[in-house]
Amino acid sequence: MSAAPEWILERWEPVIGLEVHAQLRTESKLFCGCSARFGAEPNQHTCPVCTGMPGVLPVLNRRAVEFAVRAALATNCRINPVSRWDRKNYFYPDLPKAYQISQYERPYCEGGEIVVDGEDGPRHVRLTRIHMEEDAGKSIHEDGGEHSLVDLNRSSVPLLEIVSEPDIRSAAEAAAYMRKLRSILRYIEVCDGNMNEGSMRCDANVSLRPLGSDQLGTRAEIKNMNSFRAVESAINFEIARQAELLDEGGRIVQETRLWDADTGETRSMRSKEEAHDYRYFPEPDLLPLEIDAAWIAHVRESMPELPDARRERFERRYGLPPSDAAVLTASKELADYFEAALAKHDNPKGVANWVMGDIIRIANKAAVEAEPDFTDLPIAPAHLGRLVRLIDNGTISGKIAKSVFAKMVGHDEDPAAIVRREGLVQESDEGKIGEAIDGILAQHSDKVAEYRGGKDKLLGFFVGQVMKATGGKANPAVVNRLLKAKLRG
Amino acid sequence: MTTLNRLSIEEASRRLAAREVSSTELTEACLAEIERTDGKVGSFLEVTADLARRQAAAADARLASGDSAGPLTGVPVALKDLFITEGVRTTCASKLLVNYVPAYQGTVARRLEEAGAVLLGKLNMDEFAMGSSTENSGLAKTRNPWDLERVPGGSSGGSATTVAARQSLGSYGTDTGGSIRLPASYCGVVGLKPTYGRVSRFGVVAFASSLDQVGPFATTVRGAALLLGAVAGHDPMDSTSINAPVPNYNEGLGESIRGLRIGVPDEYFAEGIEADVEARVREALDQLKALGAELVRVRLPHAEYAVPTYYIIATAEASSNLGRYDGVRYGVRKGEQDGLRAMYGHSRNAGFGKEVKRRIMLGTYALSAGYYDAYYLKAMKVRTLIRSDFTEAFENCDIIASPTGPTTAFRFGERSGDPLKMYLSDVLTISTNLAGLPGMSLPCGFDRGGLPVGLQLIGRPLDEPTLLKVAAAFEDATDHATRLPALCEAKAHGSEDAAL
Repeated sequence: MSAAPEWILERWEPVIGLEVHAQLRTESKLFCGCSARFGAEPNQHTCPVCTGMPGVLPVLNRRAVEFAVRAALATNCRINPVSRWDRKNYFYPDLPKAYQISQYERPYCEGGEIVVDGEDGPRHVRLTRIHMEEDAGKSIHEDGGEHSLVDLNRSSVPLLEIVSEPDIRSAAEAAAYMRKLRSILRYIEVCDGNMNEGSMRCDANVSLRPLGSDQLGTRAEIKNMNSFRAVESAINFEIARQAELLDEGGRIVQETRLWDADTGETRSMRSKEEAHDYRYFPEPDLLPLEIDAAWIAHVRESMPELPDARRERFERRYGLPPSDAAVLTASKELADYFEAALAKHDNPKGVANWVMGDIIRIANKAAVEAEPDFTDLPIAPAHLGRLVRLIDNGTISGKIAKSVFAKMVGHDEDPAAIVRREGLVQESDEGKIGEAIDGILAQHSDKVAEYRGGKDKLLGFFVGQVMKATGGKANPAVVNRLLKAKLRG
Repeated sequence: MTTLNRLSIEEASRRLAAREVSSTELTEACLAEIERTDGKVGSFLEVTADLARRQAAAADARLASGDSAGPLTGVPVALKDLFITEGVRTTCASKLLVNYVPAYQGTVARRLEEAGAVLLGKLNMDEFAMGSSTENSGLAKTRNPWDLERVPGGSSGGSATTVAARQSLGSYGTDTGGSIRLPASYCGVVGLKPTYGRVSRFGVVAFASSLDQVGPFATTVRGAALLLGAVAGHDPMDSTSINAPVPNYNEGLGESIRGLRIGVPDEYFAEGIEADVEARVREALDQLKALGAELVRVRLPHAEYAVPTYYIIATAEASSNLGRYDGVRYGVRKGEQDGLRAMYGHSRNAGFGKEVKRRIMLGTYALSAGYYDAYYLKAMKVRTLIRSDFTEAFENCDIIASPTGPTTAFRFGERSGDPLKMYLSDVLTISTNLAGLPGMSLPCGFDRGGLPVGLQLIGRPLDEPTLLKVAAAFEDATDHATRLPALCEAKAHGSEDAAL
């Protein structure tokens, strides 16, 4: 995890606020019945309403409101009993009505916070507000082509805009905030959080102020960051850019800047003077949004366990160390996987070690650039549970287990079956192991003498030789015990 | 002499049900009259003769098998050209949409289809419903059947003229600030603007969403009531449509209005009202009194702010509603070789007429950062005051009566050079829209030039029944609605007389 250089942090304090757009994974769009799913052929998920034909009207998808209420409850926001829809007016070919229906003056919820693991313990990042709005479509500019194409599948897909207070103090903290937010939204099953598919998008407001000051400096808004890594790199670049400018006696201009992942720089997109006047006004085609206590209670009943509660439960119920519980519960899918494996074999720490080690390793390997995805892991959790049981009941050694694990990846096969087929059952018979030890000791009488002369380190050599002679199947504990006894003479 | 196209809707409906006349005969009579007079009047932008004949044949088949869909089965009507009609060109009288054929059906057109009505065609209007004379049509000129040198009123000019000229038995228009009532008044027919939300706006091309409302035109009050009943009611596709049961609007018409209190607002009889208009309306009030109603003086103290308030709210909403006409997906596209901004500019410049551009600019200005509070927000506050004026007035009366417009129909060009003068045509109708109330205009006589004068009635929210009851009582007691424009009296084609 990179950080801003020391020379900057000696003089300047970065002040960062994030605006995150999260696509709600409802079946249908926010204001019409079209499918909201990603990945269809262009313009297949469209109708007169979401293509802005003359004479159409929006009809609110109540399911989207329920998803939004879940997000509000999960972040401890205050839900406004009456909120309002507003029109945000601007011209762009992928905005078919020339306005976006959003919430401006009175969002459906305000306040709230997200707790992020910081370097010095938990950090509370306050939320200003969350509001609902519809997404725009997508413009596709053909390279060198004469035309731009417009895909309106995404037009009117429901979004949450989650706006934080300027409570974030470093790029790493911004990335941690994004990860935590993603985790929460996935836990409550309202957003799939794929930054590369655009279902979670982030703009950052970055400014610097002299260390010790409580005034806010002039900020730049950074756009176009489509991965966690990009969020971190872009903010770090921006901190350095602003610090250099300020140190030279320059002034920061309030502007919107675009992150360019190829050059690793932000560049100016438009200044404050060029900023759009969106001419917000109340949407006359929709009634005010009323969310009463009964509706909130109904949503609360269906709320799944949240990441922090689950982490606490993992510590308490399974006796896991806080760091293990944090790793396992960061992703809902990983935590689900862990508990499913545990259902087959009740050794929390043993199962946890395998999940945090080998399972995360293979998920990371598959992920390459994006965040690891724990939804379709190549080993069934029940099989992992059985594998740990085979170790714990002495059927196989930890070392054999590693090779069994390798054979399990991508094959839906019970580890016990692999062990049987490959003849990998561990040898614990003292007579047979003793015979093998006797053979090795006879072969290496010189080393035996050296050992007995005080060269203890040779024990490892003898263990290795015995394991080799038994094809790795000898029970290491038995080998160790018998070897020590026989070497003692 | 009577011809089929001159039948009132209730009479046509009765004869259709009794199998005394066929929908095909009625439809052919209307099509023939359109053929005969529309070259002079210019009601229609498109006559859907083939569709009408098919629908008439289907209606006749239903009636023959005793499977009537209701009182409008087989009745020929026409629609203002801002009602979305699937497969039938819908232009809003704008060059921008001159070739736009909707791929979906609007709620009004669907309900009329379901009611078995016959669609004769699409009617001229002020472009995007912006105007009071239909002079702002980008596509055609519509003339007042009572005097072809005068405007029919607007914006639903064609909807009024087609009924006045007896080309259609009934029609539908929309009313945002008087766009049904004013042309009804100028053309001497009945026009009704229901309570905001009573009729679905899904499939009505929006001008000002918080003010637009659909309503009928007919030669009689009972005809208008039948037309309203066919389209009123909640629509899940329009979140602002009212979810309340639809009464039978024809029930109780003809009953006594004895004891009903009719409010007469001082502010609506102030200066600027033509003497003949005031005289006819006062006579109408006397007539209502003679019928047993009680006249009550009421005050609407914020009436003078209605016009400026309306022109801020309506233009603000319009500036947003009309953003979608950008040349990207449908409509006129020009200048695409010069880049996106140029394409927007050229397409909108070529497509929109002068008044539409003026209102988009006004509305854009009113919503701009730094002006929003002074204009839009203030207008919204005044709107609340205007609404409470009516609430208070209705504590002392059951309906309110006034002239519909300060004058009778004016000559072409008389007001089009001065937008403010044109806007004042709506001074007596606009408040009703700001308050969301039902209002109607019905014929109450003629000025010295032989031009029709309209009596406006305004009711409580959803109290269309009382409005219609008073209007029917007035209509039954007078004969203003029976006089026809000279144009209709000219010898018609012979065949349709035979049926009578």
